[in-house]
Amino acid sequence: MIRTRTLLAAISVSLLASTSAFAGDVRIMWYSDGVEGDVIQDLLNRFMKDNPDIHVTLDNVAYKVIQEQLPIQLEAGQGPDIARVTNIKELAQHWLDLRPLVADPKYWDDNFGDTLDWMRPDGSKAITGFMTQLTLTGGFANKTLFEQAGVALPGDKATWDDWINAAAEVAKSQQLPAAFAIDRSGHRISGANVSYGANYIGADGKPAKVDDGTKAFVTKLVDWTAEGLMLKDTWVSAAGSTYRAATDDFINAQIPFYYSGSWQVANLSTKIGDSFDWVATGSPCGTAGCSGVKGGAALVAIKYTKNPKDVAKVMDYLASEAIVKEFSERTLFLPAHKGVVAKGGLKWGSADKNVGPALDRFVKAAGETLPAADALPPWKWANAYYAALVTRVSQVMAGELTLDEAWGKIDQDIADKVAEGK
Amino acid sequence: MSAAATLKAWVGAALAAPVVWLASAVNVPLKSWQRATGTGGMAAFFLAPNMAIFGIFVLVPLVINFFYSATSGTAYFLQDRSYVGLEQYQRLLDCSNYLDTATCREDLFWKAVHNTGLFVVVQVALMTVVSVVTALILNREIAGRSFWRAVFFFPVLLSPVVTGLIWRWILQRQGLLNLIVHDMGGEPYNWLTDRFWAFTAAVSVSVWAHMGFYTLILLAGLQAIPRDLYEAAEMDGTRPARVFWRITLPLLMPNLLVVIVLALIRAVQIFDEVYVLTGGGPGTSNLYLTQYIYEIGFASLLRNPGLASAASILMGLVLVVLTLLQLQVGRRGERKGARQ
Amino acid sequence: MTGVATFLTRRRGGRGWHWTDVVSWLWLIGGLVIMFGPAVWLVGSSFKTPAQLAEFPPTILPYVGQQTSVEGHDKPLTLYRVKLPDGSTKIMAEIRRIGIVAQMVDPKAPKDIVKINIADRQPVREIGFETGNYTEPFVHFDFLRYLRNSVFVTAMATLITLLTNSMAAFALSKYKFRGRDFTMLLIVGTLMVPLSVILVPLYSVVSAVGLLDSLWGVILPTVATPTGVFLLRQYMLTIPDELLDAARMDNASEWQIYWRIVLPLAAPALAVLAIFSVVWRWNDFLWPLVVLSRKELYTLQVGLNTYAGQLNVQWHFILAMTVVTMIPVVLVFVFLQRYITSGIAGTGLK
Repeated sequence: MIRTRTLLAAISVSLLASTSAFAGDVRIMWYSDGVEGDVIQDLLNRFMKDNPDIHVTLDNVAYKVIQEQLPIQLEAGQGPDIARVTNIKELAQHWLDLRPLVADPKYWDDNFGDTLDWMRPDGSKAITGFMTQLTLTGGFANKTLFEQAGVALPGDKATWDDWINAAAEVAKSQQLPAAFAIDRSGHRISGANVSYGANYIGADGKPAKVDDGTKAFVTKLVDWTAEGLMLKDTWVSAAGSTYRAATDDFINAQIPFYYSGSWQVANLSTKIGDSFDWVATGSPCGTAGCSGVKGGAALVAIKYTKNPKDVAKVMDYLASEAIVKEFSERTLFLPAHKGVVAKGGLKWGSADKNVGPALDRFVKAAGETLPAADALPPWKWANAYYAALVTRVSQVMAGELTLDEAWGKIDQDIADKVAEGK
Repeated sequence: MSAAATLKAWVGAALAAPVVWLASAVNVPLKSWQRATGTGGMAAFFLAPNMAIFGIFVLVPLVINFFYSATSGTAYFLQDRSYVGLEQYQRLLDCSNYLDTATCREDLFWKAVHNTGLFVVVQVALMTVVSVVTALILNREIAGRSFWRAVFFFPVLLSPVVTGLIWRWILQRQGLLNLIVHDMGGEPYNWLTDRFWAFTAAVSVSVWAHMGFYTLILLAGLQAIPRDLYEAAEMDGTRPARVFWRITLPLLMPNLLVVIVLALIRAVQIFDEVYVLTGGGPGTSNLYLTQYIYEIGFASLLRNPGLASAASILMGLVLVVLTLLQLQVGRRGERKGARQ
Repeated sequence: MTGVATFLTRRRGGRGWHWTDVVSWLWLIGGLVIMFGPAVWLVGSSFKTPAQLAEFPPTILPYVGQQTSVEGHDKPLTLYRVKLPDGSTKIMAEIRRIGIVAQMVDPKAPKDIVKINIADRQPVREIGFETGNYTEPFVHFDFLRYLRNSVFVTAMATLITLLTNSMAAFALSKYKFRGRDFTMLLIVGTLMVPLSVILVPLYSVVSAVGLLDSLWGVILPTVATPTGVFLLRQYMLTIPDELLDAARMDNASEWQIYWRIVLPLAAPALAVLAIFSVVWRWNDFLWPLVVLSRKELYTLQVGLNTYAGQLNVQWHFILAMTVVTMIPVVLVFVFLQRYITSGIAGTGLK
């Protein structure tokens, strides 16, 4: 009998538990790549101490959940109160306008003005959140390997060809499996495409057909893969638009050159440690410039919250200058806050001698991006374009499609997506 | 009491307690219900809980799926989607040459169809051969038979995610297999980026994970073959190969057919372990139907739930045919078993 | 002794080693390696540090670097086996590394700094277990809570599965009523519908009945297993109707017949279903992942997934926690495999 009663009690308790959202409850859906989960929890604990009437719960989830489950929850009018998201433009209709709720909208406009467009529907003046980190795609070189091979690191204005040739020489002399790798992501190759003159956005704001710039770089990339210069694993060992990073191969000194982005700095620092010296190289040049693509993760408030006032308080706190500064210093993320950037003097929380110069190099490279690349983060169809690129280009690399077939398929995939999205 | 017996008793008690309680409590009102409605009402009563859950969580979604397949848009709720009739099916079936996926409107769907077809043929064949051989060996007079049986059954209990993870961990460029290759003086190879090897790995890993189950079914069949038949054959001096073809195989046929059909059905649905293992790559050479449906309906940035539903219904048709085939085979096996 | 020897080498007819005996034993031993080897490798890897996991060639056993404290240095220094220019080898501690040159020092003579090319030094390591891979998740992530949720989901789902499936199977095997064959066909027809196919509509149904983000939303959609109904029905068909009729003569109610006669007789099939239900529900991943978004409700398999970020995957935690989630399955296997194997053989085919 006792067992039965506990059983029934358990049932009723868990049924009750499914009705959530008490006043003062704020839930944040958060994913982590490094230590940022611990840092934000620490910052939130401090917030809760000062605001005992608000209880913030941080749900640490896998990135996949943010990408795959969150959109569906949002479609159902469900979801957390705040989320850390990268797909910020496409889902913009679900974000909450904080303008009437935050303490000082002008503070938000002044400090986050440049990136607010990334996370609101076109033409809107809403404040929906802020970038927890700005990222910029860029390269990393294994300086020790270059030294051992006696190859000089290509300079600031070096082209993609220069870099790959130099890296190939290093790979040959050091008997490495490949010269370089790029993460499996459309976002990652878009900076290079733009550097060769690509523009994804048509005159009407809709996706343009694959142009000569994209064709130029992608053709190179496919050739490099065929010649064994680019590490095959990353792009070939998955189907669809699945993301794959080549970080571990760089960490293992299997490749002298690695194109990824600024968010890797903390990761590289902890994992490489003392094994070798590495530098950030910025983005190699094409015919039109030396561009990377900006991006990052935003913390946004969600329309379906039951406690908008408390959400605004939490957001105000997390977006305040001191907190942004501390968060950036501890996570080694580039801040999007103008005031913090202008004042400079960030004390990067790392004893690693490679970290400071690398982050500085990314800050410098941020000034070299081309307009066509800067137009991508606030563009609604960017993700569709990236996904189509990855899916088809990796098929070409695997020998399933020719490049000419791929261009047609990419155009069609994107056109289908645009037609569905109406 | 041994640990196993204690555990058994404990599990038994835990399982029994609610049933016992329910049974005694429920009996009184049920008796009057039985008096009022007769046994027909009782059948309804026994069916009700299962069918209610089944209806809400299996049938209703299946029906909704049909509606989905007739609509378009990226919204997930039916009321927000626009009706397009059979357009999604047309799109899927639009192909100028079904053997050349590049000529198809939805080339990835057809790629998945082709891959699944190839996978099913190779995997089922390999699975059957491996299971039969293992069952034959386990049926011999070997020492520690139950231990060996357990060895081959162990992976059946692992979750597909774990299976995929373990093997990816072994087959990756810096994995165990390459360590062995390296130690034998070979050049480490990128197994999962080679179309042939990645496919081979997908087939082998799925055989690895499920063969124990089929082996047990076959073993049960082998053990049911009367011993005197073999003794008679031995007295006649029949060669072992002939014994196998003339006695073992025909008598094993019912079980073998069940195994083949079950393996077929499972192979058509292949997803989790291969998805974790290869992600569908290299290129799209391990992209199978279920993954296609999952990606296009859910995971991909290019998602299109309507198209996914249409594809899943087409796949469902194939599965229903196979399932009916299995029932037919099962029934034949039953009849045969009855005759013996 | 000879008894044991003949037992171990028992084979075809005892006429010496027939080639089939050789093949059999090769197959069995190969099977042992292939079936258990991967799991053993996983367990070994789960004790490695992140840096060691990224290493090639990988080592079979987990190692940790040796450190020593040297006079004049605050932090302990890592020890290396150094090949000196004169060809001798010596164990030295590294002070710092600049580019491809390392500054090394002999712990016994902390004053003399030697510059060594990094290619000439190998870290000194000993076998050691990185238990942090196991303890960290318990501290930082609510692993005990996940464990509780998993146990709750598994236990409830199995109980409900057994009850509802056996009731339905009883009705479908022991009563004649209109629509029986149709009901059976409906159940069997969905026997093979994979979850991923109805994922999206099922999500909207669960959302509509308000079970999103609750453990019951995980449990209920999984309990009406067609497999279970099918398996139990096939087994119950073998229970002779005469038994039931005799009980009816004794004035037993239908319910009493069900739980006093049919259930106990179907125990072997129920045991098989129970074991499989436990394993299935414990291993469920995709569906809980979709339904649960609050971390208090995560099951183990979903919790495991939180170590995969957008850009980085924390393999050392994933491997360790995979081992933890495997433990109950292994226990089930060790203690109950006899029931499983005889159960499948006995009920899977009838």
